[in-house]
Amino acid sequence: MAETLLETPLASLHRELGARMVPFAGYAMPVQYPAGILAEHLATRRGATLFDVSHMGQAELRGEGAAEALERLTPADVRILKPGRQKYGLLTTEAGGILDDFMVANLGDRLFLVLNASRKDVDCAAIEAALPAGVTLNRLPDRALLAFQGPAAVPALAALAPDVAALPFMGVAATRIGDIPVLVSRSGYTGEDGVEISVAGDRAEILARALLALTGAAPAGLGARDSLRLEAGLCLYGNDIDETTSPVEAGLTWTIGKRRRTEWNFPGAARVREELENGPARLRVGILPEGRQPARAHTAIAVGGETVGEVTSGTFGPSLNGPCAMGYVARGHAADGTALELMVRGRAIPARVAATPFIPHRYAR
Amino acid sequence: MAELKFSRDHEWVRLDGNIATIGITDHAQTALGDVVFVDLPEAGRQVAAGDAVAVVESVKAASDVYAPVGGTITESNAALADDPAMVNSAAQSEGWFFRMEVADPSELDALMDAEAYQAFVDSEA
Repeated sequence: MAETLLETPLASLHRELGARMVPFAGYAMPVQYPAGILAEHLATRRGATLFDVSHMGQAELRGEGAAEALERLTPADVRILKPGRQKYGLLTTEAGGILDDFMVANLGDRLFLVLNASRKDVDCAAIEAALPAGVTLNRLPDRALLAFQGPAAVPALAALAPDVAALPFMGVAATRIGDIPVLVSRSGYTGEDGVEISVAGDRAEILARALLALTGAAPAGLGARDSLRLEAGLCLYGNDIDETTSPVEAGLTWTIGKRRRTEWNFPGAARVREELENGPARLRVGILPEGRQPARAHTAIAVGGETVGEVTSGTFGPSLNGPCAMGYVARGHAADGTALELMVRGRAIPARVAATPFIPHRYAR
Repeated sequence: MAELKFSRDHEWVRLDGNIATIGITDHAQTALGDVVFVDLPEAGRQVAAGDAVAVVESVKAASDVYAPVGGTITESNAALADDPAMVNSAAQSEGWFFRMEVADPSELDALMDAEAYQAFVDSEA
């Protein structure tokens, strides 16, 4: 391998657990453990699994006017975010594309950001370039991020951290798990209830071992994370959204704050406004292929022999027990139930536009 | 039972008379992970050594399966349609992919025996 891969603080634990490591966004990451993607996926829907997502970027914005500063880069309403709350948002480009998707939490005295691994450098450069005097961005490369997901995750974690069970969906709290200081958010990327836990890198392995020792907990890798998020209808940056796709095309207009739609003062507002008024040329849709063969990313989508779009993510959904995908189609073919053909290896596989999530979300209330 | 021969594309071949049974190796199924779908060739199809004739899909990715020798497909393993996970549980036995009438049995001489294949796998690791 030409490039040296970075490791997360859990690298030796992954090896001990028998993980298969793959390069991902410059990091050596576990794609699966000996149980395999199918079992890890189903264990997440049924019980509790632990994912190492320490490759993701963590950062904090401090100073008077931090929310206003971040709003220079995103159409999200950051100012409305109350202390102890987190929201999902998009960083947009001047051309109306998506620079990244991210989580932002209001920690009272600062904002806490979680960014995609492959985009964190680009994001932080863009954020720093937009900051006024008095607001500072601190990257937190020494922190690890663990996702503990599944219906049994929070009930099991409550034994170590009782206050976590009281967090609502998208609630955030600085607390302790055992004696380890952590920042916990009731969120995730699986469609299930669960938490993401930010922890100092040098305490991450102790924490991970404590979580894996909880009843019913098992490790899960990036392979299961991908099939879980796709069944849940959640976008993957670089596949389903990127600098060429707009928030409107991606079906993510719900991330644009109501106030921001009166101000139109975010990057790419002109394109977003035009697409909201006239409709975008294409739309991201869920797709269910007939049969069992998955249609992967970049599969051409046709209607009546004419190409109308492309699959951006596709896999076999273990909980669906069948293939599922998402992709972009010309707006006229985006209605639920529309018949599509997926051109897989020279053959047209019949498929239908389907509402997402494919597996209903089961978030905490 | 005849000895298995192995290709560099991680297929195995067992020759009985002039009929070859072909599947993917245990090493290949381990690398692929959970197999969820197999696309198999129609009987009667004529193939040359190296032709992509089947597809095996895991949760994560699709991989081609190649004809290790030339000939005519005689049969595919219909049981894999209902139970593709058999490729994982019995890669080198019940999880076979297809059978073919071999045009030139001497083509098998180019394939590896078990020991040579293991050395090949080790060299790829």
